[in-house]
Amino acid sequence: MLSNTRVDKVGVEERVARFQTRSIKNEAKKQGLHMVLNMIDLTTLEGKDTPGKVQQMCYKAQHLHDVHPGLPTVAAVCVYPSMVAVARKALGNSSVKIASVSTAFPSGQSTREIKLSDTKFAVDQGADEIDMVISRGKFLEGEYNFVFDEIAAIKEACGKARLKVILETGELCTLDHVRMASEIAIHAGADFIKTSTGKIQPAATMQVTYTMLMAIKDYYDQTGIMIGMKPAGGISTAKLALHNLVMVKEILGNQWLTNEWFRFGASSLANDVLMQLMKTESGLYQSPDYFSID
Amino acid sequence: MAKKNTTNSQTEWNYAASPESTSHIRLEKKYQLFINNEWVAPSSKKYFPTINPATEDVLAEIAWANDADVDLAVKAARKAYTEVWSKMSGAERGKYIYRIARMMQERAREFAVIESLDSGKPIRESRDVDVPLACNHFFYYAGWADKLEYAMPHKKPEALGVAGQIIPWNFPLLMAAWKIAPALAAGNTVVLKPAETTSLTALKLAEIIKDAGLPPGVVNIVTGYGDTGAAIVNHPDVDKIAFTGSTTVGKIIQRAVAGTHKKTTLELGGKSANIIFDDAPIDQAVEGIINGIFFNQGHVCCAGSRLFVQENVADLVIRKLKARMESLYVGDPLDKNTDIGAINSKEQLDTINKYIKIGKAEGAEIYQSDCSIPSKGFFCKPTLFTGVSQSHVITQEEIFGPVLTIQTFRTIDEVIQKANNTPYGLAAGVWTDKGSRIFNLTTKLRAGVVWANTYNKFDPVSPFGGYKESGIGREGGVHGLSAYLK
Amino acid sequence: MEILKTYKIYIGGAFPRTESGRYYPIVDASGSTIANVCLSSRKDVRNAVVAARKAFGGWSEKTAFNRGQILYRMAEMLEGRKLQFLEELTKQGSSKEAAAQEVQESIDCLVYYAGWADKYQQIASSINPVSSSHFNFSALEPMGVIGMIAAQETSLIGLVKLLAPAICGGNTVVLAASEALPLCAVTFAEVVHSSDVPGGVVNILTGKVSELAPAMAAHMDVNALVSESLGELDKTLALACVDNLKRNIVYQQGTTQGLPYITALQEVKTTWHPIEQIGGASSSY
Repeated sequence: MLSNTRVDKVGVEERVARFQTRSIKNEAKKQGLHMVLNMIDLTTLEGKDTPGKVQQMCYKAQHLHDVHPGLPTVAAVCVYPSMVAVARKALGNSSVKIASVSTAFPSGQSTREIKLSDTKFAVDQGADEIDMVISRGKFLEGEYNFVFDEIAAIKEACGKARLKVILETGELCTLDHVRMASEIAIHAGADFIKTSTGKIQPAATMQVTYTMLMAIKDYYDQTGIMIGMKPAGGISTAKLALHNLVMVKEILGNQWLTNEWFRFGASSLANDVLMQLMKTESGLYQSPDYFSID
Repeated sequence: MAKKNTTNSQTEWNYAASPESTSHIRLEKKYQLFINNEWVAPSSKKYFPTINPATEDVLAEIAWANDADVDLAVKAARKAYTEVWSKMSGAERGKYIYRIARMMQERAREFAVIESLDSGKPIRESRDVDVPLACNHFFYYAGWADKLEYAMPHKKPEALGVAGQIIPWNFPLLMAAWKIAPALAAGNTVVLKPAETTSLTALKLAEIIKDAGLPPGVVNIVTGYGDTGAAIVNHPDVDKIAFTGSTTVGKIIQRAVAGTHKKTTLELGGKSANIIFDDAPIDQAVEGIINGIFFNQGHVCCAGSRLFVQENVADLVIRKLKARMESLYVGDPLDKNTDIGAINSKEQLDTINKYIKIGKAEGAEIYQSDCSIPSKGFFCKPTLFTGVSQSHVITQEEIFGPVLTIQTFRTIDEVIQKANNTPYGLAAGVWTDKGSRIFNLTTKLRAGVVWANTYNKFDPVSPFGGYKESGIGREGGVHGLSAYLK
Repeated sequence: MEILKTYKIYIGGAFPRTESGRYYPIVDASGSTIANVCLSSRKDVRNAVVAARKAFGGWSEKTAFNRGQILYRMAEMLEGRKLQFLEELTKQGSSKEAAAQEVQESIDCLVYYAGWADKYQQIASSINPVSSSHFNFSALEPMGVIGMIAAQETSLIGLVKLLAPAICGGNTVVLAASEALPLCAVTFAEVVHSSDVPGGVVNILTGKVSELAPAMAAHMDVNALVSESLGELDKTLALACVDNLKRNIVYQQGTTQGLPYITALQEVKTTWHPIEQIGGASSSY
């Protein structure tokens, strides 16, 4: 089942550098920045999260910068299972989706039973999407079947919710591992694969995202089935986000350039994108003081 | 009102044009010969136009040197050698070369834009590859000038005298740097002739040489066609000929200097094998194939123009290769998003098209990427041929364009034999995850440069040059110095 | 009754007569014939090149240590046959003292290059610190089949000084003996033959330089032509070398010994390979 595809890191770095030399200007930039905003999973995943914090973020998710009409909403908010109900209420009938992390996020160090009930709880509370973590310890032990079975079990528990599988690539240490874990997740039923929890550095480097996109591409070429991609953690500038879109476009094509298939997991990206967008409109460099923090 | 949550998946996202500005470059209408740090009108009184191959617009008129002009340049070089340069300490020579490197860096963007205008190569390459490598080459050899005795153990190294240097159009500035820097470091003086389609950056380099205060006559730049080059080769007072170009012309030069005291180094053609094993990092190998054949429109003597893929991964590699070719942008060399620029000249485009025709006539299966190419200027779509064998003309002869031939193989012995089955021996590529196999191959491939799990990498410290009919001698690194010392 | 030696040529580890059936007499100072030697032809050159090419793979891939051992073995064999060489040299007109010196020098020369076999690579190769995440090194590789014209004015030492650095460096050789003084060349072939040198690594022909040298220069499967300056012939040979861009190495008369004689017959090969962690790659990917 696994392709045993090898990944040469230096070659990946060279390839990724090429994406970064693409120059995105004028209309292409405006269009790209709109897409980025619309692909964001606006995230808060902290021990100190409170209903108040989540409510404020949910409002921001729908009203990115109301002084400027015509902006999209973000794709989703991403919260802990205990905050799903709060988010559900705050979002009302908005089309912004609710993603919830589960499976003893972020370490994943718990029992299958707890991970399943964690997932079911989030779904029952109204989550549209589940962001699970894989068992990295088991993966590094070579217990690939365990990792596979666990993902498959969670997928079943998700019901109608879409499943994003977090590889936590910062703990997998090599791109060969990233590639292999991507394939395991895809074959076990992931709807999306996602780089990181945001709790471990390095997170969504372009090298890692590239490697995962190539796994998605190969799977698509073999089966015709599309898998989504979510880099998360470390993408905080509009420029880096656009480079990611360039990469998606050139590897997977325009087909993937929608929040159906591509997401950014980020908390501070949106405002930088907004500032860039306002700069392209007005020609003036912007100050953060004019953009709300929620 | 609920805002729209999903983008329209039918929307195409295309990059807007992003042309590099040409406002800061300075070009004369007419360029004279650079002799003795002066701009000298050619005694032939003849000039020829140099054009932008992407638009066919004339960029400038260039002086056409004849025998008398070349004689003047050689005399200047000889005088500078005897009276100044050979008497100067290595450390002082080095300072001049360092100064050239620094001034080139300062004007790097101007050089990159002019290089792209005159040669057709994409600005991404002239900006990120040609110009920085050219600067670094001067930096590297500057430091050798006062350390020559360490380069040649047990010899007292001495300069040769006047070096005649003839360079090609594929890397105009970089090749000038490859030639001039080691020659000066070793204590020679220089008469350099750029290729007739790409004289401009060498002439801009002449401006820097003058600004850097090099003693008059140390570097002379004479422009012209093949007859100008022949005048250099046949001049009795030239001690060394360094040539980069075709094997055919290399042989003409070698015959011309037979029986004379002139030393030669030749960097000539190639038909290099790029070999992909089934355990290779496939996606990086595909990048290596792309970089191997489409870098600089395939106008690269060490281009990986013969691809060998192990049979059990051939379908996969070819599918991925075709997909990757579709993401290459062909067009305006000055656009920062262009991957493949213009073919250097009408003549070269005709040659490439001739080989594409031959390939089709030989029954090979052609695939070209689906991109559009500009209606004006000289452009060629990225092209590959499958269903070819060693016996096809297109796998034997150097095409010097974006045309790849793909053969499959079953065993390691077979591929070594086929890779070496050519009169050339410039470069080779090997892609496999297995270390012991890499060393087996890199040892057995008869080529001067072997890239393992990479391709088309260059560096001033890295010696470059061919076996067999790909040339004689090395350029770059410590080994490149001996070409200019006795 | 003395048994006279038949002087044959040496191709692919065997001692055939020239395929042409021709010979030329070698006469001493008094004008009497000492020996009839083979007047080798272009076809002998061709056969010798085929043998040398066939032997190249095995010889170049032998370990450097092993090649050094074999060169040392050649010195031992030459030492054991000293008397025969002394006799041939004096027959060909050398004084006893000069002959003794020439044989001793030849033995010493073989010992000298025996020692170089596993050292020249260390001196002449380099690790090149490129500005990217790659390991890059340049190493020497033998050029291949070398055509050689032995020094004309000596019978033994001149050929040893050309031959030893070539085979020390893993090349195989087709050598034309001194035209006027060929006897030691043939006897040296017997030294080679008894020294664990694989057949075809060294091939020795006798005959006219004006016939053999152009044949070697024009042969498309010869990688380099080495000689001491042959005067007028130099230009003709240089021109003939161009067709396959054969390396054409012409030494001044009186070849000495040293590292440059080895490296002159080596190609520099530069190899690149990526390094996973270098140069600013601060993340663990």
